[in-house]
Amino acid sequence: MRALAELYAALDETTRTSEKVAALARYFAAAPPADAAWALYFLSGRKPRQVIGSRRLSEWAIDAAGVPAWLFGECYDAVGDLAETVALLLADTPSAVAAGEPASLSFWIEERLLPLREADEATQRAAVLQAWSELDQPRRFLWNKLITGGFRVGVSQRLVVRALAQVSGVEDTVIAHRLMGDWAPSADWYRGLFVSQRADADVSRPYPFFLAHSLEDDPASLGTLEEWQAEWKWDGIRAQLIRRAGQSFLWSRGEELITERFPELAEAAARLPDGTVLDGEVLPFRDGVVLPFGQLQRRIGRKQLTRKILAEVPVALFAYDLLEVEGRDLRGAPLRERRARLEQILDSGDDAIRISPLVSGSTWDELAAARERSREVNAEGLMLKRRASPYRVGRVRGDWWKWKVAPYTVDAVLIYARRGSGKRASLYTDYTFGVWAGDTLVPFARAYSGLTDAEIREVDAFVRRNTVEQFGPVRTVRPELVFELAFEGLQPSTRHKAGIAVRFPRILRWRRDKPPREADTLEIVRAMLREG
Amino acid sequence: MTETLLHLTPRGLYCPPGDFFIDPWQPVSRAVITHAHSDHARPGMRAYLTTHEGQAVLRGRLGPDAAIQTLAYGEPLGLNGVELSLYPAGHMLGAAQVRVAYRGEVWVVSGDYKTETDPTCAPFEPVRCHTFVTEATFGLPIYRWRPQAEVLAAIHTWWRANQDAGRASLLFGYALGKAQRLLAGLDPAIGPIFCHGAVERFNGIYRAAGIALPPTAYTGAATREVDWSRALIIAPPSAQASAWMRRFGEVSTAFASGWMRIRGARRRRGVDRGFVLSDHADWPGLLGAIAATGAERVWVTHGYSAVLARWLTEQGLDARPITTPFEGEQGAATGEEE
Repeated sequence: MRALAELYAALDETTRTSEKVAALARYFAAAPPADAAWALYFLSGRKPRQVIGSRRLSEWAIDAAGVPAWLFGECYDAVGDLAETVALLLADTPSAVAAGEPASLSFWIEERLLPLREADEATQRAAVLQAWSELDQPRRFLWNKLITGGFRVGVSQRLVVRALAQVSGVEDTVIAHRLMGDWAPSADWYRGLFVSQRADADVSRPYPFFLAHSLEDDPASLGTLEEWQAEWKWDGIRAQLIRRAGQSFLWSRGEELITERFPELAEAAARLPDGTVLDGEVLPFRDGVVLPFGQLQRRIGRKQLTRKILAEVPVALFAYDLLEVEGRDLRGAPLRERRARLEQILDSGDDAIRISPLVSGSTWDELAAARERSREVNAEGLMLKRRASPYRVGRVRGDWWKWKVAPYTVDAVLIYARRGSGKRASLYTDYTFGVWAGDTLVPFARAYSGLTDAEIREVDAFVRRNTVEQFGPVRTVRPELVFELAFEGLQPSTRHKAGIAVRFPRILRWRRDKPPREADTLEIVRAMLREG
Repeated sequence: MTETLLHLTPRGLYCPPGDFFIDPWQPVSRAVITHAHSDHARPGMRAYLTTHEGQAVLRGRLGPDAAIQTLAYGEPLGLNGVELSLYPAGHMLGAAQVRVAYRGEVWVVSGDYKTETDPTCAPFEPVRCHTFVTEATFGLPIYRWRPQAEVLAAIHTWWRANQDAGRASLLFGYALGKAQRLLAGLDPAIGPIFCHGAVERFNGIYRAAGIALPPTAYTGAATREVDWSRALIIAPPSAQASAWMRRFGEVSTAFASGWMRIRGARRRRGVDRGFVLSDHADWPGLLGAIAATGAERVWVTHGYSAVLARWLTEQGLDARPITTPFEGEQGAATGEEE
């Protein structure tokens, strides 16, 4: 357990990715497989059902430390974390400090912790107090974390996978796949991670993604239009769908296996011919229309996919490339050939796996005009791809370009605030912004997202201190804070005071540098409307 | 309420029969100074009284024109029938507790103190009294210090690891007191030690007072050839994230403070490492010091004063928090008070 406590400290002490990976690799290189399995279990965000409730733990710590409950409360307020409060509050006993080679992590979990689940309270209490007296502070902290389950230390699955690949020499895509799903941590399971000839190794492996650069120049500089193919630039999740050996795998660009997140795609993939790999975009798609990305976010954020959310935000894979056909790597073939084969395969018009349509135009100007309509289909612009190009690896200049439409931005002043809902119920997070019309601020957009938690707290405090007037749930605040808002479109509106309705307004950043008087005017916004 | 020997006025803690203030925060004619930190030693007093050992640092704070009188530790001074004397507080060079005796009644004002040993100053000495005025910067039972040697060993390990990784070691700590205590414990054989100007200024004063510190160099005087990746640099917390830091290239940052005991405090501070080293007493230190005075009445000035006062009250003492502008909890965010 000491090794894991040291790993925890090492991960906590650095923000450098390379050092986190190195610390993880050091740990896994030295840890016995049974311990490593448990460490992986916790590091990948899994946790056993909480063995002992937080209230009991607090009560026992109060007894063990010999402090009154109010003083424990003061300590907790200063620390903000139960496991840490208890670890800090108890003094190290001489036996803990002097303890030599400690028992293994798996012993602590399997022999000391998990059996407590079935035990009565007195036994649990005695066992926990005994453990506290045996452990020094860093291990006491870890032990408490194992009990309460909140083992968060700021390493992503990717880093853990990278460290394991480094230690074992097994490819990270293989390890990533083997870490997916439900598994019980054991020494055998851990050893199995690195077995080279497991059948699933090759079957799941995605190809590296080909990524595009942004087009800064005039598209005419790319040459004749005939050499290029134009598609919508979607705002979704870039993904590779693999159908091999009767199994389906959906990989995100971050090389995360996301098959389970999108059951409708997994189901549709089963109808693909064996040995097929598609590249495309997972998009929220309902009634023949691509929905805004925000809808997809609602689904991504969830642990449990309820029937309700599946019905509200169905998804489709908009495929735009074919990387493998009949088990053969097709990446070297020119795009025009890959596209033709893709059209054949997706001929059936399956709803969940669709072909991403081409955008046509006979001149660059016509394409530019089409690009201006991107927002109408919830696209971010166009992709330009050279018809003769192979499917390359990584971000390579020259063959794929993203030609995005710019978001509109306006500097506006916070004028009204109301409380948010759910997690943010206690905070003022729902803001209305105004732009200047002469000497008055006209409400112009309402936005929620885009601020960090720290900024939200700061704005919340500002709102509470600077309320001029309260009308129901809405507070009018002193017009002092300026924010840069981005939005995707403008429409004339008779229902809005400013005479304009904005689409998808969001806060880009807090303009602390700008005094409110320098925020934008209604005239400027109206000019955008005419241009748009 | 009958008037006590010392009482709180808008200008500071005042002794009417002796007609002096202890660490006043507004200009007065006679100020007894426990130690030279800026929240305790303010400019503008007509006359200052401190220890022999504390004179030079206080002078460094206040400038050449301040009228500073000094006493040896334990040397009594009579003021209108009041006997005043100063005893080591262990906080920093020259830091004192103020003992005030009048008609058989004894008060002791601790100033800031720690009970751990510190090579740069005289160790804390418990003084028997009827009323003890204590600080409570770290007045919560979660604050328990590890032995200083252990912390210094961890700093050395960090320094060596940074050398191996090819980056400079930038250690933040309060420029007066903490910085010199760190220096006194550092092993100069590991590599060169540099100091920010604010720190280097006080190093000179400490050395002149006979405190042994390893050789240090002022960062501003360093040539372009300096290999910063070998070096440990000590700087005040205010230098963090400043342009001043850029010259060192790649750095690992650390902060030496009692606040670093809590994980969240270190994360909010935005440093790579937190070393738990304080010039204030930890919880057992506070309780031990208070018990050793034998005082029946305790006033708690700054830090977790309400918490400590409540605890002491529950232990049967006559304890209460008093409000002073000495910096306590505020330091949780800034860490500047140490």
